[in-house]
Amino acid sequence: MKIMTCPLNGPRNISEFVYGGQVKAMPDHQNVSDTDWAHHVFYEKNDVGIVLEWWMHSPSSFWFIAERHNATDEIIRTYPADQLFKQRVDFVANEGES
Amino acid sequence: MPFGLLKYGISNDYPFEKEADLPLPTELKRQYDVVIIGGGGHGVATAYYLAKYHGITNVAVLEKGYLGGGNTARNTAVIRSNYLTPEGVKFYSESVKLYENLSNEFDFNIMYSQRGQLTLAHTDATVRAFRQRAEVNKHFGGGTELIDPRDVAELVPTLNLNPANLPVLAGLWHKDGATARHDAVAWGYARGATQCGVELHQVTEVTDVLVSNGRVTGVKTTRGDVNAGVVIQAVAGHSALMAQKAGFPLPLVAYPLQAMVTLPVKPFLTPLVSSSALHCYVQQTSRGEMVIGGGSDPYPLYNSRASLPLKEGLISSAVEMFPFLSEMRLLRQWAGITDMTSDYSPIMGLSPVENYYIDAGWGTWGFKATPICGKTMAELVASGGKVPELIQPFELARFDRFKQVNEMGATAASH
Ligand SMILES: Cc1cc2nc3c(=O)[nH]c(=O)nc-3n(C[C@H](O)[C@H](O)[C@H](O)COP(=O)(O)OP(=O)(O)OC[C@H]3O[C@@H](n4cnc5c(N)ncnc54)[C@H](O)[C@@H]3O)c2cc1C
Repeated sequence: MKIMTCPLNGPRNISEFVYGGQVKAMPDHQNVSDTDWAHHVFYEKNDVGIVLEWWMHSPSSFWFIAERHNATDEIIRTYPADQLFKQRVDFVANEGES
Repeated sequence: MPFGLLKYGISNDYPFEKEADLPLPTELKRQYDVVIIGGGGHGVATAYYLAKYHGITNVAVLEKGYLGGGNTARNTAVIRSNYLTPEGVKFYSESVKLYENLSNEFDFNIMYSQRGQLTLAHTDATVRAFRQRAEVNKHFGGGTELIDPRDVAELVPTLNLNPANLPVLAGLWHKDGATARHDAVAWGYARGATQCGVELHQVTEVTDVLVSNGRVTGVKTTRGDVNAGVVIQAVAGHSALMAQKAGFPLPLVAYPLQAMVTLPVKPFLTPLVSSSALHCYVQQTSRGEMVIGGGSDPYPLYNSRASLPLKEGLISSAVEMFPFLSEMRLLRQWAGITDMTSDYSPIMGLSPVENYYIDAGWGTWGFKATPICGKTMAELVASGGKVPELIQPFELARFDRFKQVNEMGATAASH
């Protein structure tokens, strides 16, 4: 059984977790070009090595961040998202757009 | 028994001096017109069509392991064209047509066997999606129709029509669906290509791509540098890593895909059967083994390890579909690394680097496309970079323009 440590619930079977994609820096959504936004949405870092990822513990719906090696599958560490994200991003539709 | 046979049975002489299927390895030259990275089905098929139909024979296929030892050796050999989008259906139908004549083309038996493929619907939403797929397929001349549970039972009497308490509501019956011997496909293309003068270099890894002024000039390999006018990459699970060496990213994520096969039993199952809700498919090979496959691993990994939880899930679904499979013994289980796009369509054609062409994003569904990929990639090279119409929808630039070709629904449950 592969174990992942949830920052909220402790060590659990990996089958209790859902993978949520790589952690990426989001461009300013108000001033970004379509191409840059497409890149943000569709492209991920593709090196072999340690990657920063979003994961969720499904029974508790708790989202957090994991550092994992994407070839050996070793989970280096996990921590709550607020260690990386200090500020809330609010999406406001531009005036006149529907 | 003919006496001739008996004579050879007790003699030490082999009846005739058989030519080797592949020429012995040679020195790697310093210059080729075309270098193909990856000696899987796609790589050798491209070399074959280049040499045989376009007279371009100064070609080297560079393979880091052995011929067809990547996903070509690991796939479950489902060949079908019942996709959802017109672009997809047109493309895969052409591939099925090429497959139908491939044994003749090679004068080598690829054991192509058109048994039909059946996908089961267990929800109303899936029935609606199947109806759409059947209509799109019929429109483009494919043999696909929606059938009711009675017909399903008639086609596959051994199937449980209520697997995991998910009653079968309908089936998408694709009578063109087929399977073939995957190794033979790679060998047939490799033999044909080398007979025309193409060089296949196994145990030759490409370690870097040489680019100058935005144009490819060659590759670095574990056996020295090679200059090339044109370079094509066809490396499946390693596509994004290879493109990075050429200097550009690809919108791919590498996921393991697992499968397994049981010991052989007498033939009892003709069609390939797949359940959309259980994410599992079961088929019997010509040798009698039961092949079991399903969805990808739940998270990305550059590693072809297999895992017990996924195997348990697959087996329990297969046993739900065919309960007596619980009596069978497993023979082998394995995984391959698949290069997944977000729209479940491939990435083919031009790249940001001049004369560097890509055949990638083949994910969990590229075996069936081997012939048409070889043919269209060869056309692309031979025409000096004019992208054939059939593969234009699969260009890399579609991601920048949000013009994806969404085949997720038609791919995720059965490859
Ligand atoms: C378990 C499983 C089941 C599948 N089932 C199906 C199915 O039923 N139907 C279907 O259509 N598809 C299926 N697929 C997908 C299919 O196998 C692939 O899409 C297809 O085989 C890709 O062919 P290819 O020639 O591009 O890749 P491969 O056969 O993987 O060939 C690529 C080659 O490139 C080589 N290579 C990599 N890096 C380098 C380098 N640096 N230098 C030199 N060589 C290199 C590799 O060694 C490899 O031999 C399945 C895949 C898996 C893993």
